[in-house]
Amino acid sequence: MSARAAPAVEVVIGLEVHAQLLTRSKMFCGCATTFGAPPNTLTCPVCQGQPGVLPVINRRAVELAVRTALALGCRINPTCRFARKHYFYPDMPKNYQISQYEEPLAEDGWLEIDVGDTTRRVGVQRLHLEEDVGKLVHEGRFETATASLVDFNRAGVPLMETVTRPELRSPEEAAAWLRAFRTLLLYLGVCDGNMEEGSLRCDANVSVRRPGQGLGTKVEIKNLNSFRNLRLALEYEVARQTRALEAGEPIVQETRLWEAEGGYTRPMRSKEYAHDYRYFPEPDLPPLRLAPAWIEEIRRGLPELPRARRRRFVEAYGLPAYDAEVLTQTRALADYFEAAVRAFPRPKVVANWIMSELLREVPGDDEAAIAATPVTPERLAGLLRLVEAGTISGKIAKDVFVRMLRTGEDAETIVQREGLTQVADTAALERVIDEVLARNPRPVEDYRRGKRAAAQALVGLVMRATGGRANPALVNRLLEEKLSRL
Amino acid sequence: MADDLTRLTAHELVAAYARGEVTPSEVTRAYLERIDRLDGRLGAYLTVSREAALAEARAADARYRAGAPRGPLDGVPVALKDNLCTRGVRTTCASRILEGFVPPYDATVVERLRAAGAVLLGKTNLDEFAMGSSTEHSAFQPTRNPWDLARVPGGSSGGSAAAVAGGLAAAALGSDTGGSVRQPAAFCGVVGLKPTYGRVSRYGLVAFASSLDQIGPLTRDVRDCALVLGVIAGPDRRDATAVDAPVPDYLAELEAGVEGLRLGVPREYFAAGIDPEVERAVRAAVDVLAKLGAAVEEVSLPTTAYGIAVYYILAPAEASSNLARYDGVKYGLRVAGADVVEMASRTRAAGFGAEVKRRIMLGTYALSAGYYEAYYGRAQKVRTLVRRDFERAFAAVDLLVAPTTPNVAFRLGEKEDPLAMYLNDVFTVPTSLAGLPAISVPCGVSAAGLPIGLQLIGRPFDEARLLRAAWAYEQATPWRARRPELA
Repeated sequence: MSARAAPAVEVVIGLEVHAQLLTRSKMFCGCATTFGAPPNTLTCPVCQGQPGVLPVINRRAVELAVRTALALGCRINPTCRFARKHYFYPDMPKNYQISQYEEPLAEDGWLEIDVGDTTRRVGVQRLHLEEDVGKLVHEGRFETATASLVDFNRAGVPLMETVTRPELRSPEEAAAWLRAFRTLLLYLGVCDGNMEEGSLRCDANVSVRRPGQGLGTKVEIKNLNSFRNLRLALEYEVARQTRALEAGEPIVQETRLWEAEGGYTRPMRSKEYAHDYRYFPEPDLPPLRLAPAWIEEIRRGLPELPRARRRRFVEAYGLPAYDAEVLTQTRALADYFEAAVRAFPRPKVVANWIMSELLREVPGDDEAAIAATPVTPERLAGLLRLVEAGTISGKIAKDVFVRMLRTGEDAETIVQREGLTQVADTAALERVIDEVLARNPRPVEDYRRGKRAAAQALVGLVMRATGGRANPALVNRLLEEKLSRL
Repeated sequence: MADDLTRLTAHELVAAYARGEVTPSEVTRAYLERIDRLDGRLGAYLTVSREAALAEARAADARYRAGAPRGPLDGVPVALKDNLCTRGVRTTCASRILEGFVPPYDATVVERLRAAGAVLLGKTNLDEFAMGSSTEHSAFQPTRNPWDLARVPGGSSGGSAAAVAGGLAAAALGSDTGGSVRQPAAFCGVVGLKPTYGRVSRYGLVAFASSLDQIGPLTRDVRDCALVLGVIAGPDRRDATAVDAPVPDYLAELEAGVEGLRLGVPREYFAAGIDPEVERAVRAAVDVLAKLGAAVEEVSLPTTAYGIAVYYILAPAEASSNLARYDGVKYGLRVAGADVVEMASRTRAAGFGAEVKRRIMLGTYALSAGYYEAYYGRAQKVRTLVRRDFERAFAAVDLLVAPTTPNVAFRLGEKEDPLAMYLNDVFTVPTSLAGLPAISVPCGVSAAGLPIGLQLIGRPFDEARLLRAAWAYEQATPWRARRPELA
């Protein structure tokens, strides 16, 4: 089924990723970019493509694209140009899209991904700005619809297109690249990375060849709206092309659509795409010249990037590589970890708590949820201090953590109110132990006959009698003393 | 009396209003009455905004009574070419495809005219989407030349030129892509200015060829031209190609004369094919300027002959793109079809006229894969050469003096061959390609009584000097006083 089934074939994949930029207003007009507003309420003459209107470049969109280009190590072109890309489709108000063609904003960068135990640098060919199109709403099913309506709210939203070099060698690598790129975008704060809502969209170019041969005919696959779909569609396509190659059948250069429900790709109808976009420089926008000083200013404002942070987590905190990867998956989570470590300087303990407890409740890639969690890094540290001081047991602490999430209270408050403090009072514990020993002659007898394991059963009984609040180490010591005296 | 009011220039009107001799309402009524009486024969207007104009005039009356006019054009009745968007007033571009289109916004120039107090009389006829040189290619009606109703007013701003010449508007705005303000100004005996590309905001001008289009005034005299330009010029945050340069006071230097100015006469503009009457008039005009103190020398613009070829690749290429939005989905005409592709194609087949379709096809071809470099790419290179020609000439002289057109107004139907029509723009197209400012002022009359235009061409953003020379010439000659007898 997958490429692995046919080792005699090499896979060549390149990705084109469209990311909606986190600007307040659209690429060429002042309309808001909010998602989910009632149809056509976020439009104006410019993004409706009224006769006579003109585009004006959104400075913030350029800034976000430059920031991404710098993080990818791209060369920023001192002058770039916008171009018109033509095709007729009713979701596009002008029947051309303002994009960039011959002179993009940035070129020649790279992004590292992990493949097995090694790190691979995958080239980025270009990065450019363009405007999004609107949305068609069909009455009923697309095939049988008798009417369609158009919503231009999304028309003109800034998009950044990033094109990799055809250097990805498997569907897994492609998915890994997209994941790393998404993480980067989140770190940079340029895109919310939401693939379901379409803020991040991916098309893939894929071809297969026999080793040592020239590049095979490439096929473009559209409509890949999750990592899983990207991987599945590529696996399907690699298998399809491999079969064709082995059967000696020609592979047609075409654009195919991934049908996620059926799990297959199909050729797009010719009406769904154009053969000749008739690009030419956008005469309504003068060439865009970027001041070197401005680019430097943006460079100085770059945050620490995901891979650098990951390395630092291993080196500075002594974390295992796996922990470092999990904790740096978003900037919010990494920030959370570092804030908690500042308040409770035992990195591995903090890492364990975040990975096993926090991430059980909050998705690690959901920046907003992490930022909004009621268990702030300081509160987590407070909880861990109670465990360290022996005030509560680790087991109780896990329950307290869940209550902190639900109630928004700090650990101290919950422990005090619920009386969860560990019983560390020797006299009180001795009374409980005496009672347990008196009521359970059987295990006591077993112990006396040399069955040491019986002591564990007795510890359990003491813990149960104290509602789990007894300090386990103390119980062990006291019980051992009493049993030895018997 | 009413006809006398419609003979006054804009600056004369404003002065008369200020002195209380006449009111904006009286003048507006006089114009509306004249439009009612004469426009049936002239065909200058596509839409007359009677009630709105009268209301605007009454508001202007009140401001003058209060001694506080709003701006330099307060109460002056002005006409707008019907490719300038007017909020709430239909804007058709003389095309079936926009027959019912009512823009939701005002063009920047319309906002600026309103802010200056102008009374907007209505929307004037044009060649469909400004593609033409005779105003015969309007989907609704031809416009006729007020000097001879059998002849064309020129185009594409023929409606605006005819309205100003015929006394149906005190001043008007047109748009000039390859000569569409200057050529009709010459044919109708009025003043027409194409500003430097980027001097006037294009926001709200329905695009024909974006890298060439400029909005310009058509007026009765040079002073009015300076007045209107001062109102509409200047940067606009809605137009990235509108240059962020301050607007000089065009009236302040108007009377400074031409003493010491160096004028160049381009040899290629008097080549074979020019009407001898036009050549005689233009050469005589050059002599007048020399007598006024200008130094005259011959210069050469060797690429002149390539202007039309370059223009008819670039302008249709841009037009094919700009006109793609008319598909029946959003506004204007919609002809139903089985699916959106058929709907768009039927809408466009029914909505566009033959000349527009011809240019869309030319432009689509020129931008096609495999032909782009040979046509669009090469035309851009020649455009650069055309620009360099002018730069070289302007290293030696301050202004260029030339005919506006090779001939006077021709008869309706006379130029049915598209190429013959295109060649009419041979003297106006190169300046458009170079983005330079140029003005046409009346400089004579043919034996048949038809106006002849003198073209002055300036350096980028040197409109002030252009207007100064044009004013000096106008004051030294009798042509400005001539008015066609329409009544």
